[in-house]
Amino acid sequence: MRYVDEYRDPRIAQALVDRIHTRTKKPWVLMEICGGQTHTLMRYGIDELIPPKVELVHGPGCPVCVTPIEVVDKAAEIAARPDVIFVSYGDMLRVPGTRSDLFRVKAHGGDVRIAYSPMEAVKIAANNPSKKVVFFGIGFETTAPANAMAVWKARELGLKNFSELVSHVLVPPAIRLLLNSAENRVQGFIAPGHVCTVMGYWQYKALVDEFHVPIVVGGFEPVDLLEAILMLVTQLENGQAKVENQYGRTVDYAGNHPAQVIMEEVFEVADRKWRGIGTIPMSGLRLRDEFAVYDAEKIFGVEALEAEEPAECIAAQVLQGLKKPIDCAAFACQCTPEHPLGAPMVSAEGACAAYYQYRRHAASLKCIA
Amino acid sequence: MSALTLNCPVPAVARDHVSLGHGSGGKLSAELMRDVFLPAFRNETLERLEDQATVKLGNVQIAMTTDSFVVKPLFFRGGDIGSLAVHGTVNDLAMGGATPLFLSVAFIIEEGLPMETLRRVTASLGRAASACGVQVITGDTKVVDKGSGDGVFINTTGLGLTPEGLYLSAGAARPGDAVILSGFIGDHGIAILAEREGLEFETQVESDSAPLHTLVAQMLETTRAIRCLRDPTRGGVSSSLNEIAAQSQVGILLEEEAIPVRDEVRGACEMLGLDPLYVANEGKLLAIVDPSDADKLVATMRRHPPGLEARQIGIVTESDRGWVTMRTVLGTTRIVDMLAGDQLPRIC
Repeated sequence: MRYVDEYRDPRIAQALVDRIHTRTKKPWVLMEICGGQTHTLMRYGIDELIPPKVELVHGPGCPVCVTPIEVVDKAAEIAARPDVIFVSYGDMLRVPGTRSDLFRVKAHGGDVRIAYSPMEAVKIAANNPSKKVVFFGIGFETTAPANAMAVWKARELGLKNFSELVSHVLVPPAIRLLLNSAENRVQGFIAPGHVCTVMGYWQYKALVDEFHVPIVVGGFEPVDLLEAILMLVTQLENGQAKVENQYGRTVDYAGNHPAQVIMEEVFEVADRKWRGIGTIPMSGLRLRDEFAVYDAEKIFGVEALEAEEPAECIAAQVLQGLKKPIDCAAFACQCTPEHPLGAPMVSAEGACAAYYQYRRHAASLKCIA
Repeated sequence: MSALTLNCPVPAVARDHVSLGHGSGGKLSAELMRDVFLPAFRNETLERLEDQATVKLGNVQIAMTTDSFVVKPLFFRGGDIGSLAVHGTVNDLAMGGATPLFLSVAFIIEEGLPMETLRRVTASLGRAASACGVQVITGDTKVVDKGSGDGVFINTTGLGLTPEGLYLSAGAARPGDAVILSGFIGDHGIAILAEREGLEFETQVESDSAPLHTLVAQMLETTRAIRCLRDPTRGGVSSSLNEIAAQSQVGILLEEEAIPVRDEVRGACEMLGLDPLYVANEGKLLAIVDPSDADKLVATMRRHPPGLEARQIGIVTESDRGWVTMRTVLGTTRIVDMLAGDQLPRIC
């Protein structure tokens, strides 16, 4: 299959692995930002192929994982209302809130539906005028344009029964937070290819200049990631720090301008809380005031709902690349995808879930579910 | 690190109510079996947890199985709920090596279902039964209030005869055995997904819904060194192989490159963030066989339509007992886990 097979080609992959081995002289710590990239690294065992000196740590780029627990609670509360059809991307349904999750709400009779696109929710709203249709608008810059478009379209259609529960987060502020941390070990980043498809990579230049850290925009296939690792190691060994683009088949410098325009029109940058990390200033998006009538938090009066996450949770360290999932005593024991204790175990893209799904047999664990 | 520091976001997995995941064929289904059904009904036949029960009545070995069909939409590319209700039950009998003979059919119909729809479903069920050489000899009809069903649900129970002395079991795999798959995986699941309301995804993939009992009969004529047969329906190839690995206490090592997936199915799975190994099939089987008869068996299977693409996809191992693992195209090894519930489409 074109655009897939060549990026999983064992010969091309092996050639890249050989070059990484030749190039690597010193130990380096690299972070892939996106959960989709973590998933590929684990699924294909790429950490087994590269030199042990090159350590891969896993970043906070799993949108499901970093959605704050109180937002999940808000979703559950809204979805449980009899007058609501709650529409969500599939992998948000299993995410545990403090008391419930969307699957549980559905089991209790809530009308919770999975959609592949927020435009489906707009259609549902148009077809069900007696119901309030709420779309769970979460994710990084990747999903933001489509979620913005849904609100824009609802306004164009004059829909009074459509709203979004918005909890959007942005990648560059999270990288900045990691780099500003006294505990930071990361020396090079693989930037998320899909986010950059929308945003381009101009935003990363400032980070590279300020922190002298190489950033390579990477794709999601094994060959993409090996190439991105090679590019990072090459820069690091040469003492360079620049933004490079490995994922040129979809990403360019400026990004998708129409997508950026619609995001800008509907959303504005705001402080956001990240599950497991805490509030990061100006790290997310919220609906602009002129779109306030589409804001589910306001419509359903759940703005004030708060939930506490204990600061000592290891999820925070995992999401910042300070700890590996297998460093956790609960991993694969008390904490499994069926009984997740923390955010990174919840979504298939979470670092803990990726380790659990693909690699836990290799870890010398006393306790395996 | 003390466990006390791990009081992160409280788990809220539904255990007090049944969730959809309990019907997925994954770990939650297995939990339901272990915690609710087995304790209530415990007996040696049920405890074997095969796709069908095989019991001795006088001089004959009888195979019995039951299955309920709740598919939405009722009609899909490559089949419908009527033909599926026959194939699913016939195949569960066939996986025990039984010749299917009789079916019961029970309809749970939602008030308001167009009579024409019921006629179409019934006619299709009847045609599928005759094509399989089975007779529908008893049945039942219930009608529920509008909103209490989804058009029509069908339950079929099948009875068949198992050849004397034949005992196929998920607990019978031995290290060294070959793992054989009868053809392309994921067709049924993707065909259904493509037709679901709301999923604007066009594909020409047809459900593989088909009876497998004649293929199985030919296979058993070729060799009696078959340890186990399974049809990887909901939960896909991964769930069936995990059950075999667990029940036989062996490891199973798959070769990623050997697993046949159509390009259309791969493409759909790539887009939706699904893994074909977990996608349902309705006309495929997995066979665990003595390695010395593997080639002979594959050759036989390739002469019969549901097995034209049959091939060996892995081996049973002494190591990694209880695990299914896979050698990836890059030569590394990973787990092929049993999922907790259904696969959820990823966000991006």
